[in-house]
Amino acid sequence: MFYREAGDFNTSYPEDSQTFPIKFDRYRYYVVLAVAFLVIPFIINDYWANAVFVPFLIYAIAAIGLNILTGYCGQVSLGTGGFMAVGAYAVYKLMTSFPEVSMLIHVPLAGLITAGVVTVFGLPSLRIKGFYLAVATLAAQFFLVWLFNKVPWFYNYSASGQISSPERDVFGIIITGPNTEAWAKYVICLIFVTLAAVIARNLTRGSVGRKWMAIRDMDIAAEIIGVNPMMAKLTAFAVSGFFIGIAGALFFSVYLGAAEVGESFGIDKSFLVLFMVIIGGLGSIFGSFAGAAFMVLLPVLLKNVFVGFLGWPTDLAAHLQFIVAGGLIIVFLIMEPHGLAQLWRLAKEKLRLWPFPH
Amino acid sequence: MKFTTLAVAAIMAASPVMADLVFPSLSYRTGPYAANGIPFADGYEDYFTLLNERDGGIGGVPTKVIECETGYNTEKGVECYEATKAEGALVYQPLSTGITYQLIPKVTADGIPLHTMGYGRTSAKNGKVFSNVFNYPANYWDGASHAVNHIMSQGDIKGKKIALVYHNSAYGKEPIRTLEELSKKHGFELTLIPVDHPGQEQKSQWLQIRREKPDNVIMYGWGVMNQVAIQEAANIRFPMENFIGIWWSGSENDVLPAGDKANGYKALTFHNLGDDYPLYDDLRKYVVDAGKAAGAGDQLGTALYNRGMYAAMLAAEAAKTAQELSGQKELTPALMRDGMEALEITEEKMAAIGLPNFGPTFKVSCENHGGDGLGAVAQWDATAGEWSLITGYEGSDQDVIQGLVDEDSAAFAAESNIDEGCK
Repeated sequence: MFYREAGDFNTSYPEDSQTFPIKFDRYRYYVVLAVAFLVIPFIINDYWANAVFVPFLIYAIAAIGLNILTGYCGQVSLGTGGFMAVGAYAVYKLMTSFPEVSMLIHVPLAGLITAGVVTVFGLPSLRIKGFYLAVATLAAQFFLVWLFNKVPWFYNYSASGQISSPERDVFGIIITGPNTEAWAKYVICLIFVTLAAVIARNLTRGSVGRKWMAIRDMDIAAEIIGVNPMMAKLTAFAVSGFFIGIAGALFFSVYLGAAEVGESFGIDKSFLVLFMVIIGGLGSIFGSFAGAAFMVLLPVLLKNVFVGFLGWPTDLAAHLQFIVAGGLIIVFLIMEPHGLAQLWRLAKEKLRLWPFPH
Repeated sequence: MKFTTLAVAAIMAASPVMADLVFPSLSYRTGPYAANGIPFADGYEDYFTLLNERDGGIGGVPTKVIECETGYNTEKGVECYEATKAEGALVYQPLSTGITYQLIPKVTADGIPLHTMGYGRTSAKNGKVFSNVFNYPANYWDGASHAVNHIMSQGDIKGKKIALVYHNSAYGKEPIRTLEELSKKHGFELTLIPVDHPGQEQKSQWLQIRREKPDNVIMYGWGVMNQVAIQEAANIRFPMENFIGIWWSGSENDVLPAGDKANGYKALTFHNLGDDYPLYDDLRKYVVDAGKAAGAGDQLGTALYNRGMYAAMLAAEAAKTAQELSGQKELTPALMRDGMEALEITEEKMAAIGLPNFGPTFKVSCENHGGDGLGAVAQWDATAGEWSLITGYEGSDQDVIQGLVDEDSAAFAAESNIDEGCK
């Protein structure tokens, strides 16, 4: 009733192959975009921007990046934290070396630099797979953190080894530094996340994405039908690195403002993004958003409920938060191993048949 | 999401704005740094509870401590800052150098003072650049100088080998530049030995120390790293009297796990230790016995409890100063900032509070947000189970430090387009 294709006729091929072939779905998508771009910027405040929306959007970009690599191409990566650090340090060096160039150029450039680095670390994937590849990317994680700690050039020789983002604007609107308005932070992240999602969605629908999925499903079979495994794997690493680099760049410059590689881009980050992808749903762009929302919003929600509503001691709340979040992750993985995206898919199927499910 | 909206809206609605003097406590009672975070947070909160219970607040206005758990994590620290700043927070004391670096630009933009007592960015001592950041009474670079001075007082330092075991973060890296300058000046050899967060595994670092046999070890550690380092030092039979920690590596929790072997370990401090003060009688009477103590209420008299209490005391004194300066009882963050800049701690004031001889006297000014940098050396007596001061409060090598402060703060001013000057 709510969600069906009856009366929704596609009369041309482009219509038939569009991203949201069902009218209801398409309108829902436009409504979400309209709310995100036209409503939220006007009502957002510092707390909502810094605690909820900006981290959610940035992690969503990172999750899309990892999802391309792990979910679509089947290459497990534990190096996301280190790769985000590459994006962060790249954008820092660019911002401080070329202050007059717009951030709208620096951030994608940082993404490209990260893509290059990630591709290099992706080379072992041509020989090894599965757990062995995971260990190789884990090595990348530790190497990159060590590198950014060890070589002072990366942090411009500052005494504490911290990098902090100077004030930069885009068309006169300040988007980094302490004087940034909440809405500006939010909008800049939203623009990047929207572009990233559209690009990722279309890549995965096209021939590139099909090659990735062929490699994921069975690499020998893919090779036999003419997919070049080297190209497919390396493009997956490069595209994934590009998005993760953008996420790292925004994470440092817009969200944190000051960062230290060991703490901000440690192994925890790699696992956090991996959890997002697994909980959200491997091989789904929507899943990247759902997973990021789950992992970012749930702790904030639990904290507000436990401490704000119930007035419990903060240490108890913090420990309970781990227990509840961990428990939910386990429950999710047992009940729905394909993640939140699969739940959403099932809900849509149910709605299509409603009120006569069978 | 809707529920969160409701939750936040309810919190916002439930908290009266500007009615109390709000002192947020960005504490950490969980994670690898909890052993050190808990006593500090308890001391901070208990002192304000005491003021409320005994005096009805500061100048008749009740105080309110909003606790927010950061887990020593910068992202959570920022979230805590954003969540509490709207409630009229007067001063932030995050007890984390990482969070401090995040907050320095934010508090400056929002006009809220930040007090980083013995931690944070050392060059914030220069109030002409860092208008909203205070780090009195002493800072990391003072600490490095104290440690070197103490080693010098025990014999000729020239040609000695000194190792710095440090937390591989902004915190641990702070003293490196000072120590390098000092090593040039005094002719000792400096070895840097980083320990990565959280520092539970230090076998290779202490193997290196065993191999290179430095004459002295200076430690800038925090949390679980301290206990492990002291245990490892005991395991390689490193002479404890040649092992000296910064004030953040000198709490009971750090030395107790090593038992008798920790006997003789030294740590710096910028305030006195123990609970032999009149204020403690009041604390026991009004707070602990009344069942209003923060946490488990079992930390009284420990080194970090004293430090948390001292931090709260300095904040309360600054609030008093602000009330006197402005003539207003209810304070804004801007008034609080002025109060902190005009703060003067005298022996009479401390005696009146019930903490005679507790810390050095100092006076804050716009040019000097860092106090005089006095510090003393404490030594652990494992049989008695207590710290005792073995030196008086001594000054640090300001010739070296002031130059570095000026250099670093000028770099920050240039980086963030700040015009130096006093308001």
